[in-house]
Amino acid sequence: MAKFMLLLHDRPKAFAGLSPAEMQQIVLKYVAWGRRLRVKKLMVEGHKLTENPGRVVRQKRGKPMVSDGPYAESKELLGGYYIVKAKDYDEALHLALDCPHVAYGTIEVRQVDEV
Amino acid sequence: MQDSGDTPILVDRLFRSEAGRLVAHFARRFGPAHLDLAEEVVQDALVAALQRWPHAGVPKNPAGWLYRVACHRALDLLRRRAAFDARRDRLSAELSRGQALALADAAFEPAALSDDELRMVLVCCHPGLPREARVALSLKTVGGLGVREIARALLSDERAVAQRLVRAKRRIRQLDLDGELPAAAALAARVESALDVIYLLFNEGYGAHAGRNLVRADLCREAIRLGRLIADADDVSDRRADALVALMALHAARLPARVDAADELVLLEDQDRSRWDQELVALGFAYLDRSIGGDAISPFHVQAAIAATHARAASATETDWKAILALYDELVAIAPSPIVALNRAVAVAKVRGPAAGLEAIAPLTRRRELAGYYLLPAVRADLLARMGRMPAARRAYREALRCRASAPERRFLESRLARLSITEKLA
Repeated sequence: MAKFMLLLHDRPKAFAGLSPAEMQQIVLKYVAWGRRLRVKKLMVEGHKLTENPGRVVRQKRGKPMVSDGPYAESKELLGGYYIVKAKDYDEALHLALDCPHVAYGTIEVRQVDEV
Repeated sequence: MQDSGDTPILVDRLFRSEAGRLVAHFARRFGPAHLDLAEEVVQDALVAALQRWPHAGVPKNPAGWLYRVACHRALDLLRRRAAFDARRDRLSAELSRGQALALADAAFEPAALSDDELRMVLVCCHPGLPREARVALSLKTVGGLGVREIARALLSDERAVAQRLVRAKRRIRQLDLDGELPAAAALAARVESALDVIYLLFNEGYGAHAGRNLVRADLCREAIRLGRLIADADDVSDRRADALVALMALHAARLPARVDAADELVLLEDQDRSRWDQELVALGFAYLDRSIGGDAISPFHVQAAIAATHARAASATETDWKAILALYDELVAIAPSPIVALNRAVAVAKVRGPAAGLEAIAPLTRRRELAGYYLLPAVRADLLARMGRMPAARRAYREALRCRASAPERRFLESRLARLSITEKLA
């Protein structure tokens, strides 16, 4: 089975104005999705990244430099990732389509090149 | 992520009830004038859970986790807000202590939060706030409901509810409440207002005929919870609170039997009493016992006694209507209202026959408060039908159908009207 990385980009304010009960519903959806994958042994790992958008290291005038991230306030921020197993890219896409995160941001699906 | 599949499943309504407890807690710490900040801190903690738990799994003690994160956010906030300059050191010390406790003890239960909730209810029910604002604010802060849910529960629109909340918070700042319990006389007034709000909440939920709309059945549960908060408080001793809890529990016990398999409304006399919630019945009787012995009999006491009389009857035909009529006579004496008089008329009809019931209803048709209230013509229709006066009964049912009523109530009236027409044709 191939490995895929699901990069979870969060839409800012996606959770603003939700009531506690609505938030609990969302948590349960995520947990249920993760559990389905774990039961089928398709989940390799997954982590949330901290809220701090971090900084970026790039070369400027031939020298490595640290600069602020390329993220404007309104842009979607990489908030976390999952590494999952799937037969092929299509199956990985199906796992992502099923993920509740779709409603609150976007998911970038990339295959790990293991050749 | 190390979730082996035995992650604790979240307790139903955990977020909602924790939101209520935590907002009450932080509002007490910050002072009610900073209710907005308390809400912000708690909302942040819930969002943090929403983002973390899907990856890390649900923590063993979700309530403790939320409390700890909320403390952390509160500490953050304190550092940035000038408003807390004077109290910053003391508050920071308190919050750090709470946070450390929650970290050290996996089974940490934010202690004494029900105390905070009681104080918050009494802030929300301050007589200086408009009545509708008290209801909305109680639901928001202690009930943990969102604006949309409150609007749905109170059949109001979101904008109106949001405005009510903003104004209520402004008023709380003007009143400069400290969030602690006031002295005896003022406390009694606040408790009275709170009981009034809680009963209103309960009726909003009860009128909704459970099944269709869970939020409204939740209102009944929340009203009972708030009622018990007051009835059980050491600092408050008001027998009316016990009576109110008894009344609400005995009514709520009937909710499961109030709709049939097809989601249709079932009248008390036709209900399958084995479907009554026996736990709530027991709770109702326990609080009814506790309510006895106060210096005055309140309308809550009498209403609870009426509900208890129904609950004691194993079947509708065994109902002690004489006792119920005597209780309604008492209720009319201490808390007269057209609705009470209408209910009394039903008891009159049970004891002395439909004609006597009709006679008792007659003066009510002129009451402005009952104009457009579907139950008045519906009761009249029922009594007329029992007397065999079918055309008049049909007219009365049609009149009831012209009034404002919920969909199940409307279907109920229509089925009665249809049945009437059939029996008449057969006769």
